Amino acid sequence: MSDDVVVVVDYGAGNTRSVCAALGHLGRSSVVSAEPSLIAEAPHVILPGVGSARSAMIHLEETGAAEALRERYAAERPLLGICLGMQLALQASEEDGGVKGLGLLEGLVVRLDAPRVPRLGWALVEPWGDAYYFAHSFVAESPDTVATSEGLCAAVARGSFLGVQFHPEKSDRAGLEFLASCLSRD
Amino acid sequence: MPLPRLIPCLDVARGRVVKGVSFVNLRDVGDPVELAQHYSDGGADELVFLDIMATPDDESTLLHVVERVADVLEIPFTVGGGIRSVADASAIIEAGADRVSLNSAALATPELITEIARRFGSQAVVVAIDAGKGVVHTHGGRVATDIATVPWAVEAAARGAGEILLTSIARDGQRTGFDLVLTRAVRDAVDIPVIASGGAGSAQHVADALRVTDAALVASIVHENPAGLPGLRREIEALGVTLRPLKERV
Repeated sequence: MSDDVVVVVDYGAGNTRSVCAALGHLGRSSVVSAEPSLIAEAPHVILPGVGSARSAMIHLEETGAAEALRERYAAERPLLGICLGMQLALQASEEDGGVKGLGLLEGLVVRLDAPRVPRLGWALVEPWGDAYYFAHSFVAESPDTVATSEGLCAAVARGSFLGVQFHPEKSDRAGLEFLASCLSRD
Repeated sequence: MPLPRLIPCLDVARGRVVKGVSFVNLRDVGDPVELAQHYSDGGADELVFLDIMATPDDESTLLHVVERVADVLEIPFTVGGGIRSVADASAIIEAGADRVSLNSAALATPELITEIARRFGSQAVVVAIDAGKGVVHTHGGRVATDIATVPWAVEAAARGAGEILLTSIARDGQRTGFDLVLTRAVRDAVDIPVIASGGAGSAQHVADALRVTDAALVASIVHENPAGLPGLRREIEALGVTLRPLKERV
């Protein structure tokens, strides 16, 4: 496999097709995999995000992907989490009656307290200044929050992990630019 | 609240986008992938594809369309028409759609809403309601049921729907403006987002709807002038409704 292939982590749910398509538009090839050695070593790994927290964590633990993600984080290799993939990096989630996360970052995922849930649509992210597409019913509360949207956590970062609540792969040109900037990190 | 959304709706039959008057005289207006790309470039916030034939023969054709659309589009899209089971919904979502829209099947089997929401999340389930004279209709709006519109919307939300796509049958295709009374009644009764549909004829109509609810579906107003979507957005913004900022392609 060539050196610049982006690994999109497979956890049995999640629409990986859109993430791979967006990477393709940036001229990057990708592979969908739960193979621990690939996840630990690839130059860029994306933990995508649709589905339920419990089934995602069970799948990640069973395949060895969870341990590989922890190793990767400890080795300070770049890791991007999207939506559920960002939430899974925290300590625990209230979803599905309570689920333990990967615990890479501090913080918890709680049921969204908003006028309408799910929170669906485009919203500005501060301080970044662009609008991105959100679709979520749970939200992170984390000291590692680095960007917000309408007062809610929109992004967390610590060490080599960057996680976003929005879907860059569904956020038109702003989303592609965001992905391109993530892939330029080493 | 997130920014209000402008959502072009494409009717699909046998893998092509079609346009008809009252479901007859269907006219081929183009390739779904090309039109999807065109609307996306024009600033659509999201797209809806409705398979208006939805016969079993069309199933693999539709899935192929969904895959091709998912490969070119970088905005969210919903697919509806003929989805009758969790397996149908899974196939559509796995082919790349963000959300599925349920109509008759949700009325016949309301548990379906919950089952799909449990598997893919509420944000993946839209319940489409065709409303007329206070009750829900089926068969493309031709058959009235005895189910009242607002209580059905409330039940759909309670069962796990993540959004209501509310069409006024009387206004559909008339271009005389959305039914704001109906839209407000449903939106006040539920705590999920509501898309207003049926009646868009001008920027003023869309702006009026977006002051009442979360999103507006548009069809003939953009299909008859696909190049006009950016202009329509500008007109809506000039009327004081803020839409998402578009970025230039770099």
